[in-house]
Amino acid sequence: MDTLNLLLDGFASALTLENLAYASIGVLLGTFVGVLPGIGPAMALALLLPVTYGLDATQALIMFAGIYYGGMYGGSTTSILLNTPGESASVMTAIEGNKMAKKGRAAQALATAAIGSFVAGTIGTLLVAFFTPTIATWAVEIGAPTYFAIMLLAMVLVSSVLGASKLRGFIALAIGLTIGLVGLDASTAQARLTGGSLELADGIDIVVVAVGVFAIGEALWTAAHLRRRPIDVIPVGRPFMGRADWSRSWAPWLRGTALGFPFGALPAGGAETPTFLSYITERKLARRRGGADEFGEGAIEGVAGPEAANNASAAGMFVPLLALGLPVTATASILLAAMQKYGIVPGPTLMTDQPDLIWTLLASLLIGNTLLLVINLPLAPVWAKLLRIPRPQLYAGILFFACLGAYSVGQSAFDLAMLLLFGGLGFAIRRFGIPVLPLILAVILGPLMEVKMREALDLSGGDVSGLFNEPLAIFVYALVVLAALSPLLIARFRPPMLHEQHDQHRDQEVS
Amino acid sequence: MSDEKTAAPPQTIDKAQYGLAAVLALVGVYTIVDARGLNVGFGDPVGPRVFPYVIGTLMVLLAVLLAIATARGDVPQAEEGEDVDLTTPPDWATVGKLVAILVLNILLVNVLGWAITGALLFAGCAWALGSRTLVRDLVVGVILSVASWYFFYSGLGVPLSPGLLDGVL
Repeated sequence: MDTLNLLLDGFASALTLENLAYASIGVLLGTFVGVLPGIGPAMALALLLPVTYGLDATQALIMFAGIYYGGMYGGSTTSILLNTPGESASVMTAIEGNKMAKKGRAAQALATAAIGSFVAGTIGTLLVAFFTPTIATWAVEIGAPTYFAIMLLAMVLVSSVLGASKLRGFIALAIGLTIGLVGLDASTAQARLTGGSLELADGIDIVVVAVGVFAIGEALWTAAHLRRRPIDVIPVGRPFMGRADWSRSWAPWLRGTALGFPFGALPAGGAETPTFLSYITERKLARRRGGADEFGEGAIEGVAGPEAANNASAAGMFVPLLALGLPVTATASILLAAMQKYGIVPGPTLMTDQPDLIWTLLASLLIGNTLLLVINLPLAPVWAKLLRIPRPQLYAGILFFACLGAYSVGQSAFDLAMLLLFGGLGFAIRRFGIPVLPLILAVILGPLMEVKMREALDLSGGDVSGLFNEPLAIFVYALVVLAALSPLLIARFRPPMLHEQHDQHRDQEVS
Repeated sequence: MSDEKTAAPPQTIDKAQYGLAAVLALVGVYTIVDARGLNVGFGDPVGPRVFPYVIGTLMVLLAVLLAIATARGDVPQAEEGEDVDLTTPPDWATVGKLVAILVLNILLVNVLGWAITGALLFAGCAWALGSRTLVRDLVVGVILSVASWYFFYSGLGVPLSPGLLDGVL
């Protein structure tokens, strides 16, 4: 029960009036930004990072937690009411959620999404609290070769398993790795790829990359293809659920959580796979029960399950992030960068070095999750109104805040120029169907990976065997090979119908 | 590339992809050339060169693969979204206006200050995207930029450049 006591201590330090205020502001801002079409949780977090600059580490983390969960919930509101999900994790929610909304059951769809997210987020965060310390104690033992292998695995998985085209996944990875190279080499302090520019010596801020690729790229891409016909937003009242909705929702919530958490903790690209699996599972179970199978016409199970899976995987992501210092999603990459700004280095030693901080963070995740439910159920009609902001002003606002965020990092016009450059990159990758996640992940993982590689090879005097001299490392390499080959096998054995349906949704933005 | 959708009419070749492949190859080659200029110190078995070499080589390899795939009729699935209508040809005029406004903001932000350029940025972008309520957009822009300036100045202790309005704000 040690964990429980530590978590209670975390609550004690998180539950001050001031911190609760920061958590509430975070939830409100996160939902506000997340609801806006085209903005996922990762982009919401990147855009809102500057807001936390004046705070101390604990308060900033509390606010991040609120922004994170708020952004996730905002995304599902958009997909239910607009039918066009802003991020891949909400694709499955949109299928049944929008049908429910069209049948006049938008209130129930939003309610099951919100309560399901709350249930999954709470269970998920508790699991993080119980797993992370164990994994961290074990992770202290593993050496550089294994770390290197695990990062390689994460990169190969996100590049090859996700997305319609493996080639484009790896192109995204290579672009991200190249961006990560820019700056002074960590051990010899020689400039790489800076072209002699002093401003680039410190490397390129991940926030500038993320905001450029996500926000500016999205705005430019949308500008080039702006839909000129009026949008169809379904009006909604205050979310609620009847008795029948509750009895149909609770089991999908739990199943979704069970699917989402492990997938979130593995470097398998976050919520896309578990939300898909949850949707399929619920549909199969509904078919098996027979009778009134509403799938395809707005089944509440099809909203409850994927939404829970989405939030549980968002919680699961914290396990590798906190225990290994390894981000597995774009959102985690930005969180990692944000923590580094405060001098916090996630990894196995973090649990022992700054336990207060971790337990406060976990407690604030639970608080943020609760606030989300309390604040957002009554506010749903307000959020729905946001979807009606005229598009010119909406995208002008996104560009305004993106520039504000990049400019505030160092009050330099150079950062704005970099932002525009990465906006151009964001436009290009959307044009060429190149996925975003491997790119963002590689920007932050690349430099970490090089450090571990050189650590391992320094010990072996430059001999390549230095990368293979841990049994665990070899096991992970075996997984890398398996990961590279398995999509080919799955493609061969997966029933063709599911295959097609999944592919249709695969090219959405990954956030 | 087995699961790529090639249902589009056969023999469609996305010529722009050759351009992308060329740019990627150039970046890869530059990465390698740049790494050649680095020094490897004594007793440093790996040095700062290896990683860029690997990444540069990977990039060139992927560029070649992309060129081959393009020649075989591989077309990208451009990204869809809430407000994206892929059935119309890209509207380059709007994109050009937006980029011009962003460049103006970069050039002027330190001279005029964020409170002014931010407002112009918002109103200009809204105009470029088709809004015709210029006065209202300017008012909203001024409110946004002045409020954000004060928020960063007094709320976060980050002084954004005041520019012309130094002393007024």
